[in-house]
Amino acid sequence: MSDLHNLSVKALATLLQTKEVSAVEVATRFLARMGGNPHNAFLDIDSEVTLAQAQASDAKLADGTAGPLEGVPVAHKDVFVTRDFATTAGSKILSGYRSPFDATVVQRLRTAGMVTLGKLNCDEFAMGSANENSAYGPVQNPWDTARVPGGSSGGSAAAVAAGLAPAATGTDTGGSIRQPASFCGITGIKPTYGRASRYGMIAYASSLDQAGPMARSAEDCALLLSAMCGGDIDRDSTSLDMPTEDFSATLNNSLEGLRIGIPKEFFGEGLHADVRAAVDGALRKYEKLGAKLVPISLPRTELSIPVYYIIAPAEASSNLSRFDGVKFGHRAKDYTDLVDMYKKTRAEGFGNEVKRRIMTGAYVLSHGYYDAYYLQAQKIRRMIADDFQNAFKECDVIAGPVAPSVAWKFGENANDPVADYLADIFTLPASLAGLPGMSVPAGFGAGGMPVGLQLIGNYFKEAQLLNAAHRLQQATDFHLRKPSTLA
Amino acid sequence: MSLTPQDIARIANLARLELKPDESERMLTQINGFFGIVEAMQAVDTTGIEPMAHPVAAIQDITLRLRPDVASEPNQRDLNQQSAPAVERGLFLVPKVIE
Repeated sequence: MSDLHNLSVKALATLLQTKEVSAVEVATRFLARMGGNPHNAFLDIDSEVTLAQAQASDAKLADGTAGPLEGVPVAHKDVFVTRDFATTAGSKILSGYRSPFDATVVQRLRTAGMVTLGKLNCDEFAMGSANENSAYGPVQNPWDTARVPGGSSGGSAAAVAAGLAPAATGTDTGGSIRQPASFCGITGIKPTYGRASRYGMIAYASSLDQAGPMARSAEDCALLLSAMCGGDIDRDSTSLDMPTEDFSATLNNSLEGLRIGIPKEFFGEGLHADVRAAVDGALRKYEKLGAKLVPISLPRTELSIPVYYIIAPAEASSNLSRFDGVKFGHRAKDYTDLVDMYKKTRAEGFGNEVKRRIMTGAYVLSHGYYDAYYLQAQKIRRMIADDFQNAFKECDVIAGPVAPSVAWKFGENANDPVADYLADIFTLPASLAGLPGMSVPAGFGAGGMPVGLQLIGNYFKEAQLLNAAHRLQQATDFHLRKPSTLA
Repeated sequence: MSLTPQDIARIANLARLELKPDESERMLTQINGFFGIVEAMQAVDTTGIEPMAHPVAAIQDITLRLRPDVASEPNQRDLNQQSAPAVERGLFLVPKVIE
């Protein structure tokens, strides 16, 4: 079968369970496509490891002990630690690092039967919105290789869009699943904070980081998310003690009477006309499917930018203090004493954006500034979360754009980090509130680039989001379109 | 408010980062550019608002768990040290700290 790389996770799982293809055949097909590392999407590939996992899956399929996704390939963002592949988080400071264990999410997907294709490029320590901050070079957008794939899960989005993997994991701290999914025309969901274990996910901002799946459709995302989520109470103190849930069960529910809140702050002058047109088109489709659009307000949307860019760097400056040249990764060659060794190691190992965030974080946490910045941001964070609870009195889900524009061209924001920060405006509020959010392909804008519709649900309402996304995908074909470069 | 070159030097020391002069200068401009958008935050009246650490605390009480203080992991010293820059007889090596 030569078109295996065009099949969905669901279709592949079925073909594998009915033994129409073997896991080794499927893995071999994807490994062949990954040859030469198109779009610089991967940071580590090891065909021996992948094929050994595929053989183990074939044995389970043969003896009746197969998991629900047995033999279906997946690739992991490089912030998830893995025993069998190198892990760098896109940073030079972790060059050559091998973890002694697998992240819980990696382990859970393997238990479900998934075969690991390799590790995916990303912004260094997941800090970025364009994948231009990777120490291993940028990832190209498969729709236009002169444009960014989004970030920080840029390798994940590009790999799925280019048919190098049927699905990938991503992490979302301030939009890092939703925005690259939007830029690359795929589907991605960030669950409620605490749903998926953070154990083995290299920490950026611990009170915001969440893992989630990225795939072509909501149906495929539901399959992966069901396997990824679940309490991990002994290993992640913020993991919620909730049973696993089958997010596929209600995909086909009717949308008749669904109230979709439209926040007026998401449709202001910063929103590009092409993105607005695509989003409006998707909203009209929802009306045809029986949903009702309700105007709502999220009055602190703009404030979410400073609040996020205080809280996340503060947590990052603390989390990244472990990279000191002693226990793992890079160590500077020439130094005079221990402190000099720390300073030189970190200066050599970290990229510019990471240094900027560590500096900002160290400053806002330093003596005399903590109350004015960090504590004030944590208080406004609660007000932002409360704004959502007020909005959810009038609606069931919230819809709007993922980002103000389509994917930009390389280098456009390179000398102005604040321009990148401002482009995160529509994804930050749900991140700060810890709400589930997703990106669903909604059409095309400038340059023929994909546009994503953002759906935000209340806490634990992932199934409702996936249902809304699936019904839209039954009525549209945006998620099935492929870049012209794709053979 | 605006940071000075002395602030940058102080924070870089706290953060254990060696910055080259041109890097410090660029950092100063960029961090001050960022604090331009932070101003808006200072004007918000947050009297009586509790800071939020776990976001799901918006709808329910969240207590961060502690697990019982018992050993749960096997000894993996070799694996844990396999990516260390300098190791000898199971110990991490660092430059001399005590003369």
